[in-house]
Amino acid sequence: MTTLAEPRHAQPMRRGLFTRAVDRLGGGLVQVFMILVALFWLLPTLGLLVVSLRGETDNNSSGWWTLFTKPAQLTFDNYSNLLASGFGSSFWNTVLITVPATLLVIGIAAMAGYAFAWIEFPGRDLVFLVVIALLVVPVQIALIPIAKLYGFLGIFGSILGVVLFHVAFGLPFAIFLLRNFFVGIPRELLEAARMDGAPEWRIFATVVFPLAKPAIASLGIFQFLWVWNDLLVALVFADTENQPMTKALQSQMRQFGTNVDILAPGAFLSLIIPLVLFFAFQRYFVQGMLAGSVK
Amino acid sequence: MTERLDGPQAAGGGESAAGASSGPSEPPADPSSDSPQPGAPLSGSDTPAASDTPAASDSLTASEESPAGPAAAGYATAAPPGAVATAGAAQAPARLGPSPRLAVTFLLPAVLLLVAWMIYPVVYSIWRSLFDATGDRFVGLGNYVSIFTDSSTLTTIRNNVIWVVVAPIVVTALGLVFAVLTERIRWSTAFKLVLFMPMAVSLLAAGVIFRLVYEQDPDKGVANAIITTVHDAFSSSAGYPGARPRENDQAPAVVQGGAVVTRQQAQAGTPVLIPLVGLTQDAVKDAAPAKAAPGGDGLSGTVWLDVVRGGGGTLNQIDPQEKGLAGVTVEAVSGGAVKATTETAADGTFRFSGLPAGSYVVRLPQSNFTAPFNGLTWLGPSLITPAIIGAYIWVWAGFAMVLIAAGLSAIPRDALEAARIDGATEWQVFRRITVPLLSPVLLVVFVTMIINVLKVFDLVFIIAPGSVQPQANVVALEMWRVSFGGGGNQGLGSALSIFLLVLVVPFMIFNIRRFRRDEG
Repeated sequence: MTTLAEPRHAQPMRRGLFTRAVDRLGGGLVQVFMILVALFWLLPTLGLLVVSLRGETDNNSSGWWTLFTKPAQLTFDNYSNLLASGFGSSFWNTVLITVPATLLVIGIAAMAGYAFAWIEFPGRDLVFLVVIALLVVPVQIALIPIAKLYGFLGIFGSILGVVLFHVAFGLPFAIFLLRNFFVGIPRELLEAARMDGAPEWRIFATVVFPLAKPAIASLGIFQFLWVWNDLLVALVFADTENQPMTKALQSQMRQFGTNVDILAPGAFLSLIIPLVLFFAFQRYFVQGMLAGSVK
Repeated sequence: MTERLDGPQAAGGGESAAGASSGPSEPPADPSSDSPQPGAPLSGSDTPAASDTPAASDSLTASEESPAGPAAAGYATAAPPGAVATAGAAQAPARLGPSPRLAVTFLLPAVLLLVAWMIYPVVYSIWRSLFDATGDRFVGLGNYVSIFTDSSTLTTIRNNVIWVVVAPIVVTALGLVFAVLTERIRWSTAFKLVLFMPMAVSLLAAGVIFRLVYEQDPDKGVANAIITTVHDAFSSSAGYPGARPRENDQAPAVVQGGAVVTRQQAQAGTPVLIPLVGLTQDAVKDAAPAKAAPGGDGLSGTVWLDVVRGGGGTLNQIDPQEKGLAGVTVEAVSGGAVKATTETAADGTFRFSGLPAGSYVVRLPQSNFTAPFNGLTWLGPSLITPAIIGAYIWVWAGFAMVLIAAGLSAIPRDALEAARIDGATEWQVFRRITVPLLSPVLLVVFVTMIINVLKVFDLVFIIAPGSVQPQANVVALEMWRVSFGGGGNQGLGSALSIFLLVLVVPFMIFNIRRFRRDEG
């Protein structure tokens, strides 16, 4: 950003006083504009947080922004009420769905990506094109058939069914991302290991996997967020006792007006872990996005 | 941050440079440089492999289905002699590769899942879409016909068209503007984080957030709070909806075309009395007691609520307990033209100063009695889709910005500097250099957004209240509603999911072509 500004000042002689004044003014306008935009993006989430910390009567009588004039009204009551009403179990369900779905995708996709990148077999490139084609397949296509299949297998409504669905639909992106990363690993490293007679699975585990940590981190955070934030799959495949937070909250949406004291803290609880992860790993998040944007 | 992954460079930098300069000439070069390498002996066995240059780029769909197609020849049959891997890796001629059989082990779990959870469902859905709701009766293309004839699915399709036309363009444009402007501020990292943050939040949470934002009551919803504040700043309306004079012959004022007008001509020196009724005591509980306007110079008078709490009082006279109406606009009218305008004070009195002597009719214009502006009905049937698109933009603009900013950082600075030194304005630099060089990235963002918009489900489902969901409906939501959300028609549901799949097929092809170009 500074590189953009410097050269302009390096050539002051060529520019008139007026142009520079306009530039200065323009710079100020840009600042103001960007501050407004940032506020615009922050306010809605801030609103959710404040609403979740205010009592029901406060929320019914005045806007959350009145907080700034009388700050003493905050309370954690909504949160304790929410947890007392059994919301904690849906939080736990979300964890039970998300963690295995993330780990399985990483493991299965790493193996497949390795095969696509470093093992030669007939039809490899064609199969990989199929994987790319599957990148954009909408989840909706599988809802009815998989519901039938799960009914047949007897896992409809279970956490296992939800996990497997997420794993399958996470795989195309995961394979795509990891294969593209593996291809970039210097061939000499693998050749050396193969010369030493290391079995392929050990090369995979000791050479490729450690090198691929950044890519795996990207993939992991993406998959984690997708599964954590999913509503549709849970809506169809999870029973009430196995439902994640998103589905639990969705069932409260019908009485939105009277339920804000449940919905606001619930929504905030559901987004706090993704936000923490996002801020901790945003580097990998961005990398993953850049590497496989089209999905 | 982009030191490890080679993806970013390929997506942003490499492509923007290549795409802009040699874009048109590159795709044809790919297959031709590819096919000789797999080896002449091979392409000889596959009949027309040599003539693939024009066909290859256009027949990608065909090659997907038939492995022996001309375009696939270079790819699919390359493996057995072990001459070629994918592009960047094709240097080592002889090697001790693992056996293809090992690939089966490595691929098995992934292939099983992909086949059972993605490919089989496509086939099953096509089959299922040809049957009726219960799956007993074959109806041919009947479900597809009803998608395009039923009025509720037509609304759904119309909404999807609105989404696809509006959302990707706005998101990409905003992303571009923000990406360019972040280069002008010192706190660009903070800005990017703030805009990017909604990406981590679930769409359900985003939906709850925006239900709060769009609340109708300006005391609860921040959108209407801002709008009414801005609105009230420009038009001062005290707002006494329902206030009116008594409807009898003794009342000194009458209603005329929505405004309240004095019956008698008023003269300076004789205070005008305008008693009103029709307001609850609650509406004026904070108001000051009404006072008679002092006489003296100029036209003066009082506007007050001529009702005593608990009854009593003299009609058309100012009693001590009666409340003045503050902030009422008062006009002095003569010969049909407004000669002066003033406003009542806290005690309901008003005075026109500097008005030429004469007789006037005193009028309280209609604006005093219209209901106060209460903001927009965001979640009503007419604004619901734009409102949800607003939430969508909030979620995705950061994504577009980060992607475009990465592309921007790969643009050669020399080009921009050269243009600036030559005296180009910032706008010209943006329009003539930045945007053209960024066009490959912009295209990727735009296409990603289209794919995403076609599948939009959660935001509509959460933000639209139940009563307006039919007006806000989109294909992905309708599919769920029809098959699981009480519709009970899995035949139509399957047809809708196939319809959705068909809509994304062009982008599937786009992805495959882009991949093959990058690899070539």
